[in-house]
Amino acid sequence: MNLIDILEETYSALSANKVRTGLTMLGIVIGISSVIAMISIGQGAKMSIQSSIESLGSNLLTIMPGIVQPGRGIVSAGRGSAQTLKNEDVSIVKNIDGVAAVSAELSRRFQVTASTGNNTNTTVNGVTPDFITVRNISMSNGSFFSDVDNRGYSRHAILGATVATDLFGEEDPIGKNIRIGGANFMVTGVFLKKGGMGFSGPDDMVTVTLPTMQKILTSSDYVSTILVSVADKNQMSDIKNLITDELTVSHRVSEPDFSIISQEDILGTLSTVVNTFTMFLASIAGISLLVGGIGIMNMMLTTVTERTREIGLRKAIGAKRRDISLQFLAEAVVITFVGGAIGIALGWLIAYLVTLTGLVQTSVTLWSVLLAFGVAAFIGIVFGYYPAKSAAALNPIEALRYE
Amino acid sequence: MIEVQNISKTYVNGDITFEALRGVTFTIEDGEFVAIMGPSGSGKSTLMHILGALDSPSNGTYLLNGKDISFMTEDELADIRREKIGFVFQAFNLLPRTTVLRNVMLPLVYDGVPHETREKRAKKALKDAGMDETHFNHKSNQLSGGQIQRVAIARALVNDPTIILADEPTGNLDSKTGDIVLGTFQKLNEDFGRTIILITHEHDVAEHAERIIHIKDGMILSDSKAHARRKIKR
Repeated sequence: MNLIDILEETYSALSANKVRTGLTMLGIVIGISSVIAMISIGQGAKMSIQSSIESLGSNLLTIMPGIVQPGRGIVSAGRGSAQTLKNEDVSIVKNIDGVAAVSAELSRRFQVTASTGNNTNTTVNGVTPDFITVRNISMSNGSFFSDVDNRGYSRHAILGATVATDLFGEEDPIGKNIRIGGANFMVTGVFLKKGGMGFSGPDDMVTVTLPTMQKILTSSDYVSTILVSVADKNQMSDIKNLITDELTVSHRVSEPDFSIISQEDILGTLSTVVNTFTMFLASIAGISLLVGGIGIMNMMLTTVTERTREIGLRKAIGAKRRDISLQFLAEAVVITFVGGAIGIALGWLIAYLVTLTGLVQTSVTLWSVLLAFGVAAFIGIVFGYYPAKSAAALNPIEALRYE
Repeated sequence: MIEVQNISKTYVNGDITFEALRGVTFTIEDGEFVAIMGPSGSGKSTLMHILGALDSPSNGTYLLNGKDISFMTEDELADIRREKIGFVFQAFNLLPRTTVLRNVMLPLVYDGVPHETREKRAKKALKDAGMDETHFNHKSNQLSGGQIQRVAIARALVNDPTIILADEPTGNLDSKTGDIVLGTFQKLNEDFGRTIILITHEHDVAEHAERIIHIKDGMILSDSKAHARRKIKR
């Protein structure tokens, strides 16, 4: 019995009871399509998180004061409270080979009042000249701080896009005055809207020079963040170790009193969360796939009982056990394959529709399609095996007598 | 050629043992038309199952064309059935919703015969069994009882078997169509030299064969030429 014969038999058997075949197939279609849709939503979420983190600057190391406790995450760390990063550290880091640019920042929240009378509570960030390079930010209006600004304690400020709208609405803020914590500043530029992530987003931020921030606004000599742009992306971990060693020595401590986080670390943490979430969704979808598989087994067992006499006849005219079991296994596998193919198409459609709603960007990946198809084939074989085996094991004499 | 030597068959069901056959011996030459006749419970069905390689005897030997097939495995028996035996059943057992031609080709499918040859051989078998070409593509449920049984005969013929075993082939037919079927067997026997074994409980039907083996309580009662052989007029 060759493949074409088996497929012909399968086709005529499955088309003999179209409604039953269709309903059984529906179970697989629903299972596969939900697995595909769920994984695509998870993948899409992961990719959008990745791209927004990379838009912050891909080869960045973030040095923060204090120690990030493992498991407590990066957000709750003692940023702002610990004061272990000093201005000298910036030049130490700058002198390390392989470091392309260094941006030191000190940020604190202030009430900011505009000359229009609008006010907002926002982060004021004191930055060094490399800020826009390292953070990968461009100006939409005006210009970044000049050398003169950086040397002296200039009273110039650059607004993030959100802050500019909050304070000045549709007006052009360039040349206008704002008050930050009692000191007057003149707006000299506006950053291009960057969008993306909520944390450390430059849109909701007022930027001044670091000396101004330290001397005029906060009367302090420390920085809250040092961002390091690494020349070669592959050297990230080497540079990270170098910085750790040098700063530990210069701080005269045995254990680092600061933390270095790479974008990869952040990405890794978030990816783990999203992956867990995706797996959770996919396993719920997987349960419906399992139920679909049981539906196939149920149908195949009914079919074997109904066709007992036919099986008896086939055996009487010389079909071997293998011929019989292959025939019934083929029916189960064909149901799952056709159902799987329809399910993949439907899952793709669902993913596309979800993207259209604009809630989540979805992404159907090849591996999720292959996974779904593999699972479908596996289910067909596993749940078809027992009915096929029991069909093949029928005694021809008894099967022929079966009423 | 069939050589059956002292065959017995015992069924054991818990404490109860039932002897369906108790030492049966006979020989059937190629080209014979033999009826095995007996009332129900006589053991004729058990004998048919053993002759048809559907079952194995408990004791004794069964030589088919000189080959001992008494104690073969299930799959070896399937090979014997496919190559050497054609069955015709009382209940016809055609596949429903399937064309006449496909029904007849089914044994060839399991024999791995190529597609082109299958159709040629199936058509020849159908013609030998007296089927009209107009019915070849009809579904089996569109045929009359006599036609269905002739399709079943064609299916039994298509593998060019050593013996054709017909188990009460007229049991579900009225006497007129029954005669047509029996005439078909006679024609196959006389014109094509087919060996035919007819299992029946009706004396009238058995009389259509050349030789009648009468069986009762698992033993052969008589084995002789048909006394008043009935010939179906063609």
